[in-house]
Amino acid sequence: MRGRPAFVIGCVLAGLILAMAAVSLVWLPYDPSDTTGGRLAPPGGGHLLGTDKLGRDLLTQLMVGARIALTVGIGSVLLGAVLGVTAGLLAGFASDWLDDALSAALDILIAFPTLLLAMLVVAAREASLGSAVLAIGLAMSAIVARLTRVLVKRVLAQDYITAARTSGTSWPRVVIEHVLPNIWPTLLVNLSLQLGLAVLAEASLSYLGLGPPPPNASWGRLLQEAQATVLTAPLGAVAPGVLLVVLVVGVNLLADGFRDLADPTRRRSR
Amino acid sequence: MTLLDVAGLSVRRADGRDLVRDLSFTLGPGERLGLIGESGSGKSLTALAVMGLLPAGMTAHGSVRLAGTQVVGARDKELDRVRGRTVGVVFQEPLTALDPLMRVGRQIAGPLGRRRGLRGAPLRAAVAAALDEVRLPESLARAYPHEISGGQRQRVAIAMALACEPEVLIADEPTTALDVTVQAEVLSLLDRLVAERDMALLFISHDLAVVADVADRVIVLKDGSGVESGRTRDIVREPRHPYTRALVDSARALEGALDRLAP
Repeated sequence: MRGRPAFVIGCVLAGLILAMAAVSLVWLPYDPSDTTGGRLAPPGGGHLLGTDKLGRDLLTQLMVGARIALTVGIGSVLLGAVLGVTAGLLAGFASDWLDDALSAALDILIAFPTLLLAMLVVAAREASLGSAVLAIGLAMSAIVARLTRVLVKRVLAQDYITAARTSGTSWPRVVIEHVLPNIWPTLLVNLSLQLGLAVLAEASLSYLGLGPPPPNASWGRLLQEAQATVLTAPLGAVAPGVLLVVLVVGVNLLADGFRDLADPTRRRSR
Repeated sequence: MTLLDVAGLSVRRADGRDLVRDLSFTLGPGERLGLIGESGSGKSLTALAVMGLLPAGMTAHGSVRLAGTQVVGARDKELDRVRGRTVGVVFQEPLTALDPLMRVGRQIAGPLGRRRGLRGAPLRAAVAAALDEVRLPESLARAYPHEISGGQRQRVAIAMALACEPEVLIADEPTTALDVTVQAEVLSLLDRLVAERDMALLFISHDLAVVADVADRVIVLKDGSGVESGRTRDIVREPRHPYTRALVDSARALEGALDRLAP
């Protein structure tokens, strides 16, 4: 870890949000729907960060928000990774026409705006945590699939694959021993970056009212609700915004660190 | 006994153009055949076609019998078995021939373990022996490919190719990417190993001097066709085809330049 301040800062920032979410599972200052705090109470006193316009404790809302941000972020990355890597491997190995067909499908999916896709999903299902994960995960899977496909094609063109095939290694073994390990570092970095993007996408959806509905206190919805009172109680808008930035920056710094850890050629040359 | 029997081999691109045209040769135990030609003459494609590993979009026509098994048109599954025990290959660029994310020892252990069914301590000992055979220290097993020199990488690639105890070794420009001094070391190493194991050697190069050093017979390839073939000595002494003559002349010219400078 020495000599990698960026990675350490990333750990601290992302860890902070993770800790908030973890604590929220076992302890919250107030009940999330407790409105007895008085409208827009200033920070201090019984409410460390004050209350919102409905009298709910802001710290409580932020902690629940951290949990939602991480749930949607990690959930959609898992969904996007499973779907994307599978489709990408398929396209990478596929014969000409199947590869072409998959690539065309991916290009269409990528050209489709995430928010529009999310609206369709919400319209077809309902505004919920699951819908947000599904919409963001689907949009992400296309990007992951395209990246995986290119990475697979590049690895397959290498001599060590031909050498392995010559020594009688079967395709499944080649994938497990050579292809996956060699595309993994790049994929991991990309998936970490996608985690940051997914958190932002969830905030956008919630801001537009397409995310998890109340009483789920998503940061995006906190931002939207605090919009009207931003001049009288700025903390209500600033706090979720700051946490959003902390999480996304932390995750992005972690992504860089992962790359250094996963790639032995970088590990030692630093 | 013929280990490799190539008859009327053509390699066709998807658009119908032949990149290798009607090539025939045979290779028995202990025989050394050189394939010589310029870039794009179809040397490497010939090697890939022999192993049944042509890139997507290219098809082989004719007949390639590898230890009695027809390679052209065979299914991958059948070939996996034949390839593993019959043929080993060493490539031009040792850096891309090794998996960059796998320690050298594990890369040698892979084919070694599969071929001889070894695990654990006996496998480690076999890896050490394989490294020793190519004159590399056992400690190198823990290194990643980027941590060792080009010559060492090529030795590792040779150890990997030999781990399956192949009867046919295909060397595709194995010394082209190396320094001249390292080139000589790797050539003599190959020479010794092929002789010791009585392997058949298919040696591919654009360098006549290198081929003359290693191969007993040569085929001169130009634009995918064999324009001349025969014993190396005869071809170097009396080249008949104009292209072969040009090859011999330019090799002589280089040698002459050295001789003139010698005291």
